[in-house]
Amino acid sequence: MCGIIGVIDRTKSRMDGSCIKAALSLMNERGSGDGAGYVAYGIYPDYADCYALHVFFDNMEEPKEKVDEILQKQGTIVHQEEIPTTEQPGLKKVHIPWRYFFKPFKDQIGGSLGSEDDLVKDIVMEVNAGIKGALVFSSGKNMGVFKASGWPEDVANFFRIEEYEGYIWLAHNRYPTNTPGWWGGAHPFNLLDWSVVHNGEITSYGTNKRYVEGYGYKCTLLTDTEVVAYLFDLLGRKHGLSKERIVKALAPPFWDEIDRMPPAEEELNRAIRLTYGSALMNGPFAIVVASTDGIVGFTDRIKLRPLVVGETENRLYISSEEAAIRVIEPGIENIYTPRAGEPIIGRFNE
Amino acid sequence: MTLGSVPPRYKISIDREQCMDCGRCIENCSYGVFRREGDRIITESRKCTACMRCIAMCPRDAINLKENPVDYRSHPVWTREAREDVIRQARSGKIILSGMGNTQNHPIIFDRLLLDACQVTNPSIDPLREPMELRTYIGKKPSRLQFKKTEAGDVELETKLAPNLRLETPIMIGHMSFGAISLNAHLSMAKAVSELGTFMGTGEGGMHRKLYPYQNNLIAQVASGRFGVNVDYLERGAAIEIKIGQGAKPGIGGHLPGEKVSAEVSMTRMIPEGSDAISPAPHHDIYSIEDLVQLVRGLKEATEWKKPVFVKIAAVHNVAAIAAGIARSSADAVVIDGYRGGTGAAPKVFRDHVGIPIEVAIASVDQKLREQGVRNEVSIIASGGIRNSADLAKSIALGADAVYIGTAALIAMGCRVCGNCYRGLCPWGIATQRPDLVSRLNPEEGARQVSNLIKGWTLDLSELMGAAGINSIESMRGNRDRLRGFMLDEGLLEVLDVKTVGA
Repeated sequence: MCGIIGVIDRTKSRMDGSCIKAALSLMNERGSGDGAGYVAYGIYPDYADCYALHVFFDNMEEPKEKVDEILQKQGTIVHQEEIPTTEQPGLKKVHIPWRYFFKPFKDQIGGSLGSEDDLVKDIVMEVNAGIKGALVFSSGKNMGVFKASGWPEDVANFFRIEEYEGYIWLAHNRYPTNTPGWWGGAHPFNLLDWSVVHNGEITSYGTNKRYVEGYGYKCTLLTDTEVVAYLFDLLGRKHGLSKERIVKALAPPFWDEIDRMPPAEEELNRAIRLTYGSALMNGPFAIVVASTDGIVGFTDRIKLRPLVVGETENRLYISSEEAAIRVIEPGIENIYTPRAGEPIIGRFNE
Repeated sequence: MTLGSVPPRYKISIDREQCMDCGRCIENCSYGVFRREGDRIITESRKCTACMRCIAMCPRDAINLKENPVDYRSHPVWTREAREDVIRQARSGKIILSGMGNTQNHPIIFDRLLLDACQVTNPSIDPLREPMELRTYIGKKPSRLQFKKTEAGDVELETKLAPNLRLETPIMIGHMSFGAISLNAHLSMAKAVSELGTFMGTGEGGMHRKLYPYQNNLIAQVASGRFGVNVDYLERGAAIEIKIGQGAKPGIGGHLPGEKVSAEVSMTRMIPEGSDAISPAPHHDIYSIEDLVQLVRGLKEATEWKKPVFVKIAAVHNVAAIAAGIARSSADAVVIDGYRGGTGAAPKVFRDHVGIPIEVAIASVDQKLREQGVRNEVSIIASGGIRNSADLAKSIALGADAVYIGTAALIAMGCRVCGNCYRGLCPWGIATQRPDLVSRLNPEEGARQVSNLIKGWTLDLSELMGAAGINSIESMRGNRDRLRGFMLDEGLLEVLDVKTVGA
């Protein structure tokens, strides 16, 4: 059991982290104090064209030197600093959270590295699989993940998230079974612009992991959610599928339903299942994924985890519980529960 | 006579108190174990193959069969088998023939792999209440989809799918030829797969006209002898399979003795009646991977690219690299036949000593295809020693798309695995062409039994998947995270990419 909540402001008005903290904290019963985290988009306007790399360092010597070396070899560190924190009595600071604002060298792009994103993805994989004592846990542009072991309020206060303003927020309150107490195991999981919060357990993890590993992703975080971020990156960024189609691949309609569809739709859905069978996710889950251009929430195909949607004129909320949405929007009227596997998509107004 | 005789393998005895002297044992035994002398039924144990037909047909349970105790001087190296093989070859100067699969007492890896189930953190799924999807498509799949914008501004699918076979359950019946087995055996299995929405291989002996009604569920095999192959045959099959090798005898061809080439077999195979049907070891037009590519394309051209083409190879040491080569051809599936695979006839030394276990072959082929980014180019069909639904589930979890069963389907029709298929005297009407024996197998009953077996395994698989919290076969495939190795050594665990129990 975990608690998740996400919000997008369609007008790109930025919200500070106080509301999301309050909403997440309401769902403390869904967590165990072993992990919480937040992600916000639009928080680094001054460095909007740099990759914001958030890194947990175990110490500032060898791991830091190695990461510096990798980054300097492949690009420019425009700015770096320790992520500002305030010590909390209920939270033991086991890592040093650090952030780099990084620009890859243009001349590194080419061949199999078709884009800056590919290069940064490879850096993330290289650091996380190869450098002991360093973990890149956030690597998109103009966004950042803040997470640690602890209760939602403590993690929020530790990272001072009320000081950040973003137009998308996701938050997660963890009841871990896989890797309790490990900061890297807290949600959101991120790669490039993709961030994932997840309640549940992916029983197809072994299949999904084998599939993404065939494309150079390395699953190093010892927990199933990580693979969702990589699946979105592969299908969304590399294969160019829309969010609706990614959800159709990850939580597809049943064959019985596909067989009854009109021919063109049947062909499309059959093609998605045949092509992306190894990406299909099984087991109980409710997931919200954010990227630069919006959010998408969906559940497993038989809805074994709760997901509630609330809409106001400018905002879309997706949460494990209605009550959490009502903390932010007490008078909200349009609130509903989506069907199993149905994608709920929040985009910015054109 | 310097060698003398060796002791009989089995001891048949009749309980005279029970025996009602009906003579069914005499009628049923095609090996001539029983005969009447005066008012008594006499047995000749030396002729017994332990096919169990007499016991199954005795109305009074009056027949006892025992493996004859070894009365050689016990010796750890010079076992009974080792000594008798020497005697047989000293006598004959020839290769020792054998039937069915490997008889070596090697550990069975399937039995040392354990499946997973859900407890608390995720719910198991009840297949009686929730959908459970076993539908499997065999064939080439795109590695990614491409879309294009139409003039109206709609986005539509640009990628065209290659033809795939649609299986309602990931269990097919492998290739056993008409000739090696009887027409009634073929009919039984063909009826069963048609009813179940799955497929069966014709084997290399062509397709008898009585199988035409089931042709949409048949896979037409093209082997090195090219028996029964013409364009009509290819067009009848739902798919075509090129047989390069077989798990029971990798690297060698086949030999159907002339005695088994009856009039019907002769017509179906397109060879003279009574002539030996020899399949050469290599295809005489395939001496390299490029040649295979040409044959695959040739068969596709002949059938207008409408049918998937499979390539079957024996699981040999370098199976992964060979499969990767096949994946780069136009082939749609690679069939891997493990060293426990059955056969009508194989030299004993091949059956027992050449090739590798199917479990390891699936794991290394799936891994290699993924490393090379060509896993979607071919489906993996695993065969050779799949005995039950657990073996099926484990094969899929290791990375197979579907399995072929062979021996299990024969057992469902009555076979007791006596291993004398090559003699053509099968008292169960399966591995024989003798009309009186063939008529013992009723195709309707045979079909029901084979169909029941596949249905039973399918139910088992649904329950196993549901218990693992999985409702679609795609999520079982290659899900080695849901397997654990029990008493497997580190090297094997690494090849299988499976954790040990407790980890």
